[in-house]
Amino acid sequence: MTVNEKIAIDHGLKKDEYKKICELLKRNPNITELGIFSAMWNEHCSYKSSRLHLKKLPTKGKQVIQGPGENAGIIDIGDNDAIVFKIESHNHPSFIEPYQGAATGVGGIMRDVFTMGARPIANLNSIHFGSSQHKKTKNLLRGVVHGIGGYGNCMGVPTIAGQTSFDSSYNGNILVNAMTLGLVKKDKIFYSKAAGLNKPVIYVGSKTGRDGIHGASMASASFDDKIEEKKPTVQVGDPFTEKLLLEACLELMAGDSIIAIQDMGAAGLTSSSIEMASKGNLGIEINLNKVPCRETKMTPYEIMLSESQERMLIILESGKEVQAKKIFDKWNLDFAVIGKTTKSKKIELFFDNEKVADIPVNTLVENSPMYDRKWKKAKLPKKNKINKDEINNLKIIEVLKKILANPNICSKEWIWQQYDHTVMGDTIQKPGGDSGVVRVHGTNKAVAASVDSSAVYCWAHPLTGGKQVVCESFRNLISVGAKPIAITNCLNFGSPENEENMGEFVECVQGIGEASSYLKFPVVSGNVSFYNQTKDQGIKPTPSIGGVGLINDYTKMITMDFKEVDNVVLVIGKTEGHIDQSLFARVILDEKNGPPPEINLFNEKNNGETLLKLIDSNLIKSAHDISLGGIITAISKMCIKGNKGINLKKPKYLISEIEYFFAEDQGRYIVEICKKDQKKVLDILNKNAVYYDELGTINENVLFLNEKTKVTIDELKEFNTKWLKEYMSN
Amino acid sequence: MKSAVITFPGSNCDRDMDVALKKFGFKNKMVWHQDIELPKSDLVVLPGGFSYGDYLRCGSMASKSKIMQSVINFANSGGMVMGICNGFQILVETGLVPGVLLRNKYLEFICKNVFVKISDKDNAYFKNIKNNVLELHIAHNEGNYFCTNDQLKEIEDNAQIAINYCNNQGKIEKSFNPNGSIKNIAGIFNKEKNVLGMMPHPERMIDPSLSGEDGSLFFKNLINNIK
Repeated sequence: MTVNEKIAIDHGLKKDEYKKICELLKRNPNITELGIFSAMWNEHCSYKSSRLHLKKLPTKGKQVIQGPGENAGIIDIGDNDAIVFKIESHNHPSFIEPYQGAATGVGGIMRDVFTMGARPIANLNSIHFGSSQHKKTKNLLRGVVHGIGGYGNCMGVPTIAGQTSFDSSYNGNILVNAMTLGLVKKDKIFYSKAAGLNKPVIYVGSKTGRDGIHGASMASASFDDKIEEKKPTVQVGDPFTEKLLLEACLELMAGDSIIAIQDMGAAGLTSSSIEMASKGNLGIEINLNKVPCRETKMTPYEIMLSESQERMLIILESGKEVQAKKIFDKWNLDFAVIGKTTKSKKIELFFDNEKVADIPVNTLVENSPMYDRKWKKAKLPKKNKINKDEINNLKIIEVLKKILANPNICSKEWIWQQYDHTVMGDTIQKPGGDSGVVRVHGTNKAVAASVDSSAVYCWAHPLTGGKQVVCESFRNLISVGAKPIAITNCLNFGSPENEENMGEFVECVQGIGEASSYLKFPVVSGNVSFYNQTKDQGIKPTPSIGGVGLINDYTKMITMDFKEVDNVVLVIGKTEGHIDQSLFARVILDEKNGPPPEINLFNEKNNGETLLKLIDSNLIKSAHDISLGGIITAISKMCIKGNKGINLKKPKYLISEIEYFFAEDQGRYIVEICKKDQKKVLDILNKNAVYYDELGTINENVLFLNEKTKVTIDELKEFNTKWLKEYMSN
Repeated sequence: MKSAVITFPGSNCDRDMDVALKKFGFKNKMVWHQDIELPKSDLVVLPGGFSYGDYLRCGSMASKSKIMQSVINFANSGGMVMGICNGFQILVETGLVPGVLLRNKYLEFICKNVFVKISDKDNAYFKNIKNNVLELHIAHNEGNYFCTNDQLKEIEDNAQIAINYCNNQGKIEKSFNPNGSIKNIAGIFNKEKNVLGMMPHPERMIDPSLSGEDGSLFFKNLINNIK
């Protein structure tokens, strides 16, 4: 087939991009080469619209071993232990085929982690669906949850935390972000940088089929009415093979025969071979007849662009082939020497004794397009004039019941009970808390992880929203007693070619950068997902932040359930009564305008670090960060979890009770302390200039403000747990 | 006491079981599914997981693994064999214990703590456990135990039911049945009660930081009874 501009455009390339390819090659590409360019130059692989802005993120820190640019980020947790982690999106495939899309998202991110030599020890996910009223939502939710469980459960990796939200902006484009943490010895980390000449290039894992061809290109385009036709571009997962691949790779990695290893993720054999060659400043020669294929008569084009799952590419020390093959034979996996490293700095492909591609590696990587897209700056919206009389007439308990039963607040037990969250025997904090926590096997240490996003805040004001998500992640780690170390981000946005969407991206990234730099909470890995839109309607900007922290002594871990009657409850941080963009404003007042709550980074850091000190001194019995739904929602969850009640008193403020209890001011936590420790705790808070309110004391089973404003915890629990179960069983 | 845990391709609770057995004093060996001979053992464990991906009927491929002939011989000669979760599924496929395990009634994987009532203590697995009710953890997609009426009668006549799902008071009712299994059965023995298959994972409840500690009761008792 002769390649022309039209075919290039059908591959998702722009006119001038095709022109550039011809210039770089000094000829027209053939079809295989065009396929390779389109795979490497699409948004998903090349980050062409985002690279310029991502460069501004803080990526370094005392504990950072590996920042962005590798398969995953790595942080040092002491004693020669390191945590490898990353979050990645699988949005488009999950909308087209929810089970397989979500499953392969989980499989892909786990491969990114074990490629680096780490055994996965925890999975997390952040999933976002359209309105609960939308006709597709229920099936998509069911499919995605089954898919995530189907893959993670079979792999035997616990799913320890997650986040689920519903918003009509995802009606035509759901989000599925999967995150994995792995544990590795610092001196046994593997990278993807090729080295040495004439070293064997090895293909291991599943056979290559025709599934997922052009998956990465599909993920780089907007949806239209014909999305159903794209089903064949979704890959099919086989967690059993991945489990074998994991064990085989870790067995091979225990020795010293691997020079470089890279999983075949988006754009399969193409991106894996090119990335390894590019990082090593080498060439790679591959004989495509040697690639194990599942189907007959596959063309070079198909072999290079297949996104069949559960495959790895390895560059081995010469002479180690037999020994390595034995391991893969034991695990019943394909093992094939398919090529070698060369000094040509080109990617050279052979098929049926013919050269079918000959491309300088730098044209695909360094010379890939980078755009400084036009973007529009967002203005801070004006504060709403809320009618105080109207809201003060509302009954707190009635409002609270509505909020607790709201899809975005209600218990997500129906979801996480379908995930094996206890396999590996080290899960010490299950889903449903502020963070999931797993012990570092055989040590006193534990790793906490949380995944957060606040699309509504980001939509109202991207810069503030970007900062807020990072702060929330910070707080969720601190609430369980973990010292926050680093984050990974999954940036889900609409089209970068739309100035407003691009503006949301630029400003969210700026916000993330400011907060993570101030909190010394660097970004070590991540992924960008653009074109999350159907026709020209983009989703609300949704950066998902996966935070990771360390607990040095796991017996000091904190949970959110109230522990003991008569203990004292404090609010740490100041409540100003910020109602705009709160769940209260949206659900109760039906008010969607106004600015999100402001972020004060000094307070975030100071409040958080002071709370960590208190936890370290064994002065805190339970803790929970205050986010969606405000103080009283947070309190209710602590009551429900602990099966205890609380006698509340509203501190003397100028704001009303409703504002005090439902406002979403930032930088706040609720903590439970023993009466006998009260003076000590208040002294420490005062000394560190941390604002606090005394909120009440714990009782047996009633949330009690006054005789007219009280409710049993059993009743609250019912409101909190029934919505999702009923929704899914109808 | 010596134990052996079999690793099938796709097993994923084999390490957890190894950790638990060692913690309570067993000298444990991991055995590869393609081995032919079992090492000398007082207890053989088939662990949880997704052997061969469970793409066919759960446990059916693993029940034909090379090592299984040796496990079957060991069981038939009176050796103690315990199958947990996928291990239970493998045991029913070998016929060492009666019945089958169907997909959960609500068609969903389920991972949570449950209470089980010890229905028979006249065996080496539960003898001398003071509690009548244990809080254990389940994590499975196919734990819905089923058998024919004739089989059920035989099982009941021989007191082969090991544990039943119940509430914290030991009440066995439908509403405490997580997966639809017949008679709330969570675990059964063979006739001689040297083979035990059960869905709950005692190995996930062996210290106070985990979901609970009733698994510790089970293992402590087990090693004492084997002595």
